[in-house]
Amino acid sequence: MDLNYSAAERAFGAEVRAWLEAHLPGDLQSKVLNHGRLAREDYVRWHKMMAAQGWSAPNWPVEWGGTGWTPTQKHIFDEECAQAGTPPILPFGVNMVAPVIMKFGSEAQKRHFLPRIYDCTDWWCQGYSEPGAGSDLASLKTRAERKGDKYIVNGQKTWTTLGQHADMIFCLVRTDPEVKKQEGISFLLIDMHSAGITVRPILTMDEDCEVNEVFFDNVEVPVENLVGEENKGWTYAKYLLGHERTGIAAVGRSKRELEFLKRIAGEEQVNGASLLQEPRYAAKVAELEIELMALEMTVLRVVSAQAQGKGPGPEASLLKVKGTEVQQRLTELMVEAIGPRALPFRLEHFENPAPGEEIEPLAAYYFNYRKTSIYGGSNEIQKNIMSQMILGL
Amino acid sequence: MDFSFTDEQHQLRDSLRRYLANEYSFDARKKIIHGAGSSEAAWAGFAELGLLGVPLPEEYGGFGGGGVDLLVVMEELGRGLVVEPYFATAVLGAALLRFGGGGAQAQALLPGVADGSLKLAAALTEAQSRHELFNVTTSAKAGANGHVLNGAKTVVLHGAQAHKLIVSARSGGGPRDTAGLTLFVIEAKAPGVSVTDYRTIDGMRAADVTLINVAVGHDAVLGRPGQGWDVIERAAEVGMAALVAEAVGAMDALHEATLEYLKTRQQFGVPIGRFQVLQHRAVEMFMEIEQARSLAYLAAVKLDGEDATERACAVHAAKARAGRALKFVGQSAIQMHGGMGMTDELPASHYFKRLSMIELTLGDTDHHLAAFAALQVPGQATVSEPGEPGRKAA
Repeated sequence: MDLNYSAAERAFGAEVRAWLEAHLPGDLQSKVLNHGRLAREDYVRWHKMMAAQGWSAPNWPVEWGGTGWTPTQKHIFDEECAQAGTPPILPFGVNMVAPVIMKFGSEAQKRHFLPRIYDCTDWWCQGYSEPGAGSDLASLKTRAERKGDKYIVNGQKTWTTLGQHADMIFCLVRTDPEVKKQEGISFLLIDMHSAGITVRPILTMDEDCEVNEVFFDNVEVPVENLVGEENKGWTYAKYLLGHERTGIAAVGRSKRELEFLKRIAGEEQVNGASLLQEPRYAAKVAELEIELMALEMTVLRVVSAQAQGKGPGPEASLLKVKGTEVQQRLTELMVEAIGPRALPFRLEHFENPAPGEEIEPLAAYYFNYRKTSIYGGSNEIQKNIMSQMILGL
Repeated sequence: MDFSFTDEQHQLRDSLRRYLANEYSFDARKKIIHGAGSSEAAWAGFAELGLLGVPLPEEYGGFGGGGVDLLVVMEELGRGLVVEPYFATAVLGAALLRFGGGGAQAQALLPGVADGSLKLAAALTEAQSRHELFNVTTSAKAGANGHVLNGAKTVVLHGAQAHKLIVSARSGGGPRDTAGLTLFVIEAKAPGVSVTDYRTIDGMRAADVTLINVAVGHDAVLGRPGQGWDVIERAAEVGMAALVAEAVGAMDALHEATLEYLKTRQQFGVPIGRFQVLQHRAVEMFMEIEQARSLAYLAAVKLDGEDATERACAVHAAKARAGRALKFVGQSAIQMHGGMGMTDELPASHYFKRLSMIELTLGDTDHHLAAFAALQVPGQATVSEPGEPGRKAA
């Protein structure tokens, strides 16, 4: 057992860090570090910079632009990006639809879509959930009927993250309503600019527009946008879910947020001393920090197993549950730290917080982060998965 | 970055697990608990397996094992619910001797530990100590020929099974000072020493030790006079990491037993493991164990490191995390076993009791949380302060 990175891995980390220090634009970094709201062009600008550097899709095979890094290097890269405060590369294109296209798509789909995903020519969103199909995803109803060389799509998707910005959506649609629900689903790639698509934003409790409803009214989709075989979509969807990475735990970001928490809590005064020295609060922070230390080791155990060619299997569910618990607890303690100063809700102060305004977005951040235990397969669904796949219950 | 065990560690684990399965069954253990309290046969078996030498340096007849080797042994002892004085002798006692300068006493005594002929016990805690190992009132008065010890030590683990006791006593300073503590190695049967043996609720043995005018020579001093705290703190870290590993082994076994029960116990015409409320609780146990295991590994590896703050952070974190995990896992296991969980008949209750007592040994969860928090405050003095053991500059 050796818990140190090798000299080569440390050098790799230093190389990434140096590049980020030199190239990460200050305005983007400031927004990320201070919980501002990223605009479409913020995401796109960073994605294109990473693409130009060759780093926008480390998980891909080298032939399509992947970096050929080891699982440990990918982990170090994620850590360095999180520590520096880069905007995220959104997962919908690079990490979700791309692996499905690579595995099951046609040559034409690969040649057309993959380069455009790589450099963010197309902004992708995910068309999975429906009003009646959340955790029970296979009960989805959005219908696609084949008419000649087109599918005619009717129905509704919901919780479509950043769909208002999207050029493309990958959808699970029902192509055969007569068979068992998992067996009549297909995987379609749909142009968001098609006639008949309406995007309606959903305002969340922090008054942000991260998610949308997407309506399909006789939307025509060319049959060549079907991935793989008709009615095999559920298999592809499961492959996609299985393709989740260890990054799901977001340990790097949580480590950065822990430092942020300690900074703001350290500036708060209780009985003439720092809040961090108030025993009850200090114990909560210590407990959270210990949980994060444990999670980091758990992630590294999975990464190390991957490096030996194992997994990641259902343990990704453990990382999701524990990772989101830590993320949520961080936001909770931030709000506790600032106390009544959490109340002001001045959007103009936290679209892009200026120095001295760093605490303004924190209450909204807390409310927003309740989403993490709901999305990506709710934590209860993750427990079902672990119960079945790991414990054999 | 590599979390795998070496071939030797796998062999050690396999041979120990096999030995315990054959020679230390649940029923055999019960006979030991209700009989002599520990088993000479098992001790001889441990010596033969090389178990007793695992944590000892090679120059003293040991195998020079590191933190991870100790983790492997302790996990298996936890899984096997072993009640022998391994922790008292080969872990805590040996660590005190080792860190106490590695001088004449280590030379004279550790080979005996390795071959099984010598048992040790660490007499550190007193009635008022709670989790503060520097909270010592037992006095050591210096004279021309050595020291005279007076005082009372309580809940000395396997005190009555030991040939020699390692006693902390105050040769200077106030009752809660870390300075002024001196360690002594004394004969358990020395004049003025009385040892009262009793069972502990987790099936082990402990003793209260009274010292009345116990005269010891200069050669009884372990390490430097008045500087005992450094040795105690370092040895306690080894002890904490070992207990965390033992807890992980015990939690693994208890979780397996609980899953087995969920799969076989039928109610409402189905195995109760079909019920989601129990499935999720079983998953939560699994997650608790994995998080505790991760920090057990970290502590085991850091134990061998020279960076004192890193080491202290890792062991405090591990003990605090394991303390939370073992409570949840233990209580959940009993609940999910239903009435059977309450009985003495099933191993479940015995695991629960052992786990619960591990939490209270060498600092409970709150104690370690506070110690960990203190380590996070930058700019603090490097010297341990009363009430805040281990507080150091970050």
